Amino acid sequence: MAGAVRQVEDLHLLNLTKKFADVAAVDDLTLTIPAGSFFALLGASGCGKTTTLRRVAGLEDPTAGAIKIGARDITDLRAFQRPVNTVFQSYALFPHLDIFENVAFGLRRRGIKDVKTPVNQMLELVELSAMARRKPTQLSGGQQQRVAVARALINEPDVLLLDEPLGALDLKLRRQMQIELKRIQHEVGTTFVHVTHDQEEAMTMADTVAIMNAGRIEQMGNPAAIYELPKTVFVANFLGQSNLITGTAQGRTGDDILVSAHGRTYVVPAARSTAGGDSMIVGVRPEKMTVLDAVDGHRAPDAHNKVLGRVTDVSYAGVSTQYQVRTPWDQELTVFEQNVIVGDRCSVGDEVLLHWSPEHTFGLDGVQDVHAGASPELVDLEAAASALESRGA
Amino acid sequence: MPLRVAAPNVSPILVVDQAKPVVAAKRRSRTGYILLFPGMTWLAIFFAIPFITLFMTSLQQPVPGKIGKYQAGFELSNYANAMAEYWPQFLRSFIYAGIATLLALVIAFPLAYFIAMKGGRWRPLLLVLVIAPSFASFLLRTYAWRTILSDEGPITSFFNALHLLPDDRILNTGIAVVAGLTYNFLPFMILPLYAAIEKIDPRLIEASSDLYASATTTFRKVTWPLSLPGVVAGTLLTFIPAAGDYINAELLGSTKDRMIGNVIQTNFIEFRDYPTASALSFVLMAVILVLVFTYIRRAGTEELV
Repeated sequence: MAGAVRQVEDLHLLNLTKKFADVAAVDDLTLTIPAGSFFALLGASGCGKTTTLRRVAGLEDPTAGAIKIGARDITDLRAFQRPVNTVFQSYALFPHLDIFENVAFGLRRRGIKDVKTPVNQMLELVELSAMARRKPTQLSGGQQQRVAVARALINEPDVLLLDEPLGALDLKLRRQMQIELKRIQHEVGTTFVHVTHDQEEAMTMADTVAIMNAGRIEQMGNPAAIYELPKTVFVANFLGQSNLITGTAQGRTGDDILVSAHGRTYVVPAARSTAGGDSMIVGVRPEKMTVLDAVDGHRAPDAHNKVLGRVTDVSYAGVSTQYQVRTPWDQELTVFEQNVIVGDRCSVGDEVLLHWSPEHTFGLDGVQDVHAGASPELVDLEAAASALESRGA
Repeated sequence: MPLRVAAPNVSPILVVDQAKPVVAAKRRSRTGYILLFPGMTWLAIFFAIPFITLFMTSLQQPVPGKIGKYQAGFELSNYANAMAEYWPQFLRSFIYAGIATLLALVIAFPLAYFIAMKGGRWRPLLLVLVIAPSFASFLLRTYAWRTILSDEGPITSFFNALHLLPDDRILNTGIAVVAGLTYNFLPFMILPLYAAIEKIDPRLIEASSDLYASATTTFRKVTWPLSLPGVVAGTLLTFIPAAGDYINAELLGSTKDRMIGNVIQTNFIEFRDYPTASALSFVLMAVILVLVFTYIRRAGTEELV
């Protein structure tokens, strides 16, 4: 089984909707998950990602929509009739059965007589052969996790669903299991659909990431592509961090859009903008910006976008330094700078010029809440900080 | 002070005073005995001493010429005689208790499952309803069954209309006794079952259905094995008191349906044949002990989580 080439087919979700008492947990979702891919559904808790997964598993009744594997419609099949298996969030291993029997469970239910060979092979794949006769409670978290994967994979499902599978593990073990899961996926070639709220986990593991918000897919694609060019404010804030400046489109020069905001003009390549109307948000990732002392401002390339501000916080983090810079219009911008410069760094209170290349700039539609997708603690913190400051002034 | 006992090594300040934790540890172990004392005394006075007295009584021999007077002896024949005379009642007791336990299990399991899995916020109320009848006296409730099962009552009429009753009646038959036993001990079946089922993670049921098990197979392979601790506890809590019960047979049965409890009671109170009654009590205890041990062995509860 391991390593053998298997015929796998795409998973299609068509207009999937799931309502809980009028509230749509999943809202008209249409999605194709390519066969053999490692696909991550990323979103904050309550965004509908687990509901989507449970719909595919058949554990949640549909409100509307269809689910297909290849050309086969599995929408109305019961959970135990679907060629799909799940790795549950807390593993849900059967406590009364030993590891061998847990893994053999699916095979036995399908009336397969010789379970010994495949079970032993599977235990070998997850490196747990020595544990076959132990009970789940005698295993560590990471081992239980691997049993859960083995128990699902042994059935050679068309799609393996993983519901926050690493959520219960500590950080170090989580990193280890991420690599382990990628290896297993590579070996068996099954389509993995992985639900997680951990953006780093999604980015490191998946070939394709879909970012979900309020029951819809905000953006989907290769993790690097999404990070470099987010298409909505939610994605810009949820996947990594972004500095977003609200402005108005003033027209075009060639392939660029000129946006004026707070008395300055910013250049956004038209190809990197998703804005429809005149109201626009200019975005840039914190590590794409460079900090210059205001007196050295002339050293910034002319073509670059620039912002003046005052440093309010500097935190040194080894590889990089994080600056908080307050603009004249009282917005906090974040800058990560690689610690490659020799000499003095800027310090709190310094007047600085931030600049970055238009190629790293992205344009978003202006009619969105600039805090969408940002972690609420961060928003609160900012609000509290500015409140304190205005009281002091 | 209690903090020091719990964690003597936490802070250096506490380690300085090295004698104290030892004293505290000694005091703690003494506290254990002091706390045990009332319970042990209670057990000694109300269990151990009567137990020995009962055993000695079971071996007494009659004082010649005086009815109801006995003297110390070693009459092992008391046991043989008692068993020879009363073995049918013994057998009947275990059969009735067995049927009642089985019926209680069949009735209690779906109920406990429903309360545990679907009860939601109504669970506490539903559990109170289960034990609510116990607020009325055991005797009174059993008397009530006389009315429910009376010859002119709706239940008897219904079954008679279907010609299902061999004696054309329910009251004063074995059926009534078993019904009474089932009813009276039902809460003792429901509560442990509920406790066991409530502990089952619903995700295990989902995992089972995800792994190709139909609803029936899931019940057989997951729900039932995980409920076994409750089943074992419930059947024991029902079977043991039911086997020794005499109220139900007394109030709901005829003389043909007498159980061993009734025999012991009459021997003690009416015939004043204390040695026979004591011997019967001892045999009852022994048989139940043996049954329980074999049962627990077979059910293998220590294997269960």
